[in-house]
Amino acid sequence: MADTRDIEVTVNGESHAANVETRTSLGDFLRHGLGLTGTHMGCEHGVCGACTVMVDGEAVRSCLMLAVQTNGHEVTTVEGLAEDDGTLSPLQEAFWKHHGLQCGFCTPGMLTSLTAFLRDNPDPSERDVREAISGNICRCTGYQGIVDAALDVAKTMQKGS
Amino acid sequence: MGVRYLGAEVQRMEDPRLLAGHGRYVDDITMEGMLHAAFLRAPMAHAKIRSIDSSRATELLGVHRVITHADLGAKYSHRMNQLYPAPVIEQDKTQYPLAKDEVCYVGETVAVVVADSRAIAEDALALIEVDYEALPAVVNIRTALDDDAPLAHADLSSNLMGKMRSSFGDIEDSFEKADHVFSAAFMQHRGGCHSMETRGVIARDDPWGDGLTLWTSAQSPYLIRRALATWLDESEERVRVIAPDVGGGFGPKAGFYPEEIAISLAARIMKCPVKWIEDRREHFVSTTTQRDQHWDLEVACTAEGKILGLRGKVTHENGAYVPYGILLPNSSLTPLPGAYSIPAIDVSVDIVFTNTVPNSPVRGAGRPCGIYAVERMVQVVSRELGIDPAEVRRRNYVRSDQMPYETGAKLRGGAPCIYDSGDYEALLEKALDLSDYNSFKERQAAARAEGRYLGIGVSSCIEDTGMGPYEGTTVRVESSGKVAVRTGAASQGQGHHTMIAMIVAGNLGVKPEDILFESADTAKFSHGIGTIGSRVAANVGPSAHDAASQVREKALKLAAEVLEASEADLDIEDGLVRVNGAPDLSISLGELAVKLTPMSAMRVPTGFDPVLEATSFDGSSGAPIACGSNVAEVEVDPGTGEVKVLRYSVAHDCGVMINPMVVHGQIVGGVVHGIGNALFERMIYDDQGQPLTMNYGEYLLPLASEMPRVDVTHMETPSPLNSLGVKGAGEGGTIPAAAAIVAAIENALEEFSVEIDYYPVDPQYLTELIDKGKVQAAE
Amino acid sequence: MKPAPFIYHDPATPEEAVALLSQHEDAKVLAGGQSLMPMLNMRFVLPDHVIDLNGVAGISGVVDSGSTLEIGAMTRQRDLVRDPAVNAKIPIMPEALEHVGHFQTRNRGTIGGSLCHLDPSAELPCLMAAYDAVLSAHGPDGVRDIPFTEWPLAYMIPTLGPDELLTKITVPYWSANHGYGFVEFARRHGDFALIAVAALLETDGDTILQASISIGGAGVRPVRLAEAEAALVGGNIGADAFKAAAEVARGIDAMSDAYVSSAYRQRLAATLVERALIKAGERAKGSA
Ligand SMILES: Cc1cc2nc3c(=O)[nH]c(=O)nc-3n(C[C@@H](O)[C@H](O)[C@H](O)COP(=O)(O)OP(=O)(O)OC[C@H]3O[C@@H](n4cnc5c(N)ncnc54)[C@H](O)[C@@H]3O)c2cc1C
Ligand code: FES
Ligand code: FES
Repeated sequence: MADTRDIEVTVNGESHAANVETRTSLGDFLRHGLGLTGTHMGCEHGVCGACTVMVDGEAVRSCLMLAVQTNGHEVTTVEGLAEDDGTLSPLQEAFWKHHGLQCGFCTPGMLTSLTAFLRDNPDPSERDVREAISGNICRCTGYQGIVDAALDVAKTMQKGS
Repeated sequence: MGVRYLGAEVQRMEDPRLLAGHGRYVDDITMEGMLHAAFLRAPMAHAKIRSIDSSRATELLGVHRVITHADLGAKYSHRMNQLYPAPVIEQDKTQYPLAKDEVCYVGETVAVVVADSRAIAEDALALIEVDYEALPAVVNIRTALDDDAPLAHADLSSNLMGKMRSSFGDIEDSFEKADHVFSAAFMQHRGGCHSMETRGVIARDDPWGDGLTLWTSAQSPYLIRRALATWLDESEERVRVIAPDVGGGFGPKAGFYPEEIAISLAARIMKCPVKWIEDRREHFVSTTTQRDQHWDLEVACTAEGKILGLRGKVTHENGAYVPYGILLPNSSLTPLPGAYSIPAIDVSVDIVFTNTVPNSPVRGAGRPCGIYAVERMVQVVSRELGIDPAEVRRRNYVRSDQMPYETGAKLRGGAPCIYDSGDYEALLEKALDLSDYNSFKERQAAARAEGRYLGIGVSSCIEDTGMGPYEGTTVRVESSGKVAVRTGAASQGQGHHTMIAMIVAGNLGVKPEDILFESADTAKFSHGIGTIGSRVAANVGPSAHDAASQVREKALKLAAEVLEASEADLDIEDGLVRVNGAPDLSISLGELAVKLTPMSAMRVPTGFDPVLEATSFDGSSGAPIACGSNVAEVEVDPGTGEVKVLRYSVAHDCGVMINPMVVHGQIVGGVVHGIGNALFERMIYDDQGQPLTMNYGEYLLPLASEMPRVDVTHMETPSPLNSLGVKGAGEGGTIPAAAAIVAAIENALEEFSVEIDYYPVDPQYLTELIDKGKVQAAE
Repeated sequence: MKPAPFIYHDPATPEEAVALLSQHEDAKVLAGGQSLMPMLNMRFVLPDHVIDLNGVAGISGVVDSGSTLEIGAMTRQRDLVRDPAVNAKIPIMPEALEHVGHFQTRNRGTIGGSLCHLDPSAELPCLMAAYDAVLSAHGPDGVRDIPFTEWPLAYMIPTLGPDELLTKITVPYWSANHGYGFVEFARRHGDFALIAVAALLETDGDTILQASISIGGAGVRPVRLAEAEAALVGGNIGADAFKAAAEVARGIDAMSDAYVSSAYRQRLAATLVERALIKAGERAKGSA
């Protein structure tokens, strides 16, 4: 019989109780268990970063965590970045403005990664941003729009603070 | 009036949804009662299948069925069709959806398991027992045509799939007249697709309802509809193919795959929807790629560096099957004179089978290879004659006063390749300016004084874009005043929605937000070709423009009657038709639409067809030729062989730009893809055809940390071939990149006389060349 | 790419974890998961039992004993980068960790996981070799200490019994004015190194008192350049001395594989040893 566990996990502020097969990755659980398909699986071996979500505020690969390991923890996915009324976050807005996405497949992982990164590094250089997203592969954009978006948000945050 | 959005930097309309995580890619779609599939794939590159025993797999809890070739029955026992038949294909080989008795590359589909979940389906794969008899595999195209080479398929007469040739002008005369003849040999490797979304298919078959429906992550839904219907021997009307959001395509998603048949049949057999999502390991072994080409070329030139002729031979690796005809070798030959006026060319290609993944175009198709070859030879001339690379180019460009310029080469469809417009020399000067080319020597000397090796490389390209025959658009005004716009062309991130909305909105006089855009669903638009070869802007663009114009005309004509005004006094703004000078007199497009779609027993105004709608297939009357000049500046670390791209400058001309922001994104993304080809991406096989680079730690895609900022500037020379003056922009970044990078590396290492004869240029290889150069210098 | 079925355990203490390991034949310990999870997803490993260490108490964190840092095996790589004691006493560690994957993988990946995974190209084993770290393994009979030289047994296999757990790493640190340099060559940022070098130098201002040079990526275990270290001690910091050390590095045994040759690895070793020593030399002078 499949090995399963009951877990309780808070996702984007909403708590969920679920029975999960223990071999299920966090990414698959979010996508197919909770229907939060914004988190994308691009490689399932930890390199592409498309599946990045925040667990207790820290950016991690959801393909390299088991769903059962989030029992009692808080997860934020791309669906949790905008305001409740749908207003995009400043980073999302900046991606839009700087053409930081084309097909949109890497985008959720870029957004979650950079959201955590900019929180910890509010005044990054271009080099810092490029290294921060070196664990997120984008095949479409050549990264430039993404880097510009991150730098733009950081600049605005600096001014605001 | 009219085209007020054209040329504006409009933020993309598809973005808010994607940014919020609400895209709908194939794997995001679920259906009641849907089962999940996994494929058993060939573990060796060449083998006979003696027997398959799936009984243990079938017994596993949660497994519904294991399907092999034998289970498909006589009706479905044939090979896949050739998508692009061509007379030069001497030996044609297409796959069975599930292998029959022979497998010819690692990754070939052998069986499909249908189960409650993907995980269980994968559990079952391990329980299927296949008895293989290993056969020798052919991998190296340099020896594949030798008499004693193993054959890629047991029943081939040789590994030669076919031969092609591009030949024009008096080549003998060119070489006789020449002051110099130089030769060069080099290998070009191009990597795989690696769209961040892998392939994926959901099939649902409802014989008493709406027939067979396929959701597939694809670039050409109509091609799949026809190929699938043909293979099944059923009506195209009963097959519907939908490409939902697609996470990148780059060429390999433009084909038709065995999995698309196998999953359709699985859904038919199981009588429920079946989903298969390719995983990344499968992508490495089953999604078509480009691979190796060996070029042996000779260039004839005058003492001043004017190129008179180019001749030689290419060996092209085809992989194990021919799903795509000869598209790749063909597009490698078409661009052969490059941006230059070369009077004579004679280059032939041997297309060779190997036991590796079948070939398909990858961003640029063969064009990056053809352009690389020309640019290499220009580089050779520059080096051998000691003429600055920019100057050699100036001396050879097709001049703007020569346009339209027929090169002598042939396009894919056999039509002559004609350069329609452009000023290649002016474009080069722009690129040189942007890159501070003239002060490079000082930068180089200063760096050298610190022990650093800087180099600069130039390359120019042309790109035949917008190939026909057509793409279409329907524009229909709804009673609400919203405008439904439908087209066949699928988007994989290029922003078609925004582009077409801009064209239609500007032309019709509505807000882009009022446009309801739908594409890539064969049930919603009658026919289309696909998003390949930078062809959408130059085909869908004019059709959208024309359809909107027709609707506008119809609306104005009707409004003139209703408002009792002259058509000439009317204008449409924000969906409202107004009479100039009479601000109170107006009628909305929605109201006009209602008049043309009255209730039953009412009358349609006389002289009008019902429905405020028009469809157009207006496109380009030939292939608009885009062009670009790139300058790469690199630093090489002789201690490690590492190459850093410090600066990258692009001057590009794709005619009139519909949305410069989107064009910019296409160029930058394309350049990075090209730098990946030049420096990083290498799919390695061992001599038995086992792939060795099977994950993203081993197969190196370009990352943000290694990529330079790309500076882009534009010229806009309108194409005379379509109503908008546009040319394609999707591949122009990729095509010239490898040539610029390789030239820059050689320039950096000039004191070691480094001559690079393959790419991707890896650091070990460079250190070997440096050491060789040092030894030679010492002797 | 879904893992084969397994039974999941989440022990709360090292003893419980060890008991589970003893009890179950085919068990794998799960630390940060940044190496194990990909192998599970690809079905390269198919354990019947997975024993998750993430809830085990008392095996993470950094303690300064006065002459060593005692680092819990489950300490996350990201926490090491941020740890004040690590930054003060072993400043080369954050420098090395910047090369270990990406910040998202460091958020999960642990020091113990890296040392047990023992990839030949991994940075942390190379660093532990430079420091002659001591690793503590917790087994059914208690804890035993293993000097790093004895830790790597074979290709990606540490000296660890099937029912043993790595719980602690003890790193003897160098004086406050030592110099250090960690350099590596990887194709892209965050990739495993083709060759990585850790160099430590302690001086009295001019004369080198102590030297450590460790090379990772050349073979199944990191190589200490004992001969070059000995030659440096007693001499001065200087370009010639470093060049001589680099030539020793060029002579090490190095493996070749499908991607690069042994000659290229030797060349990298020579280049990078010199660069690491220059860095260490500059920093040693700076802090003297
Ligand atoms: C994209 C990417 C890039 C990476 N780049 C690098 C890199 O450049 N350099 C590098 O060094 N690493 C790199 N890694 C791997 C690194 O991130 C891992 O953290 C590390 O290799 C393993 O640590 P872990 O805590 O994740 O261990 P796990 O993956 O959980 O375990 C690894 C192995 O060690 C065993 N194990 C773990 N802890 C213990 C213990 N306490 N006792 C006994 N056995 C144990 C496990 O059973 C398993 O066999 C990369 C990973 C990814 C995904
Ligand atoms: S899917 Fe998790 S890193 Fe690629
Ligand atoms: S936008 Fe397509 S992969 Fe990044």
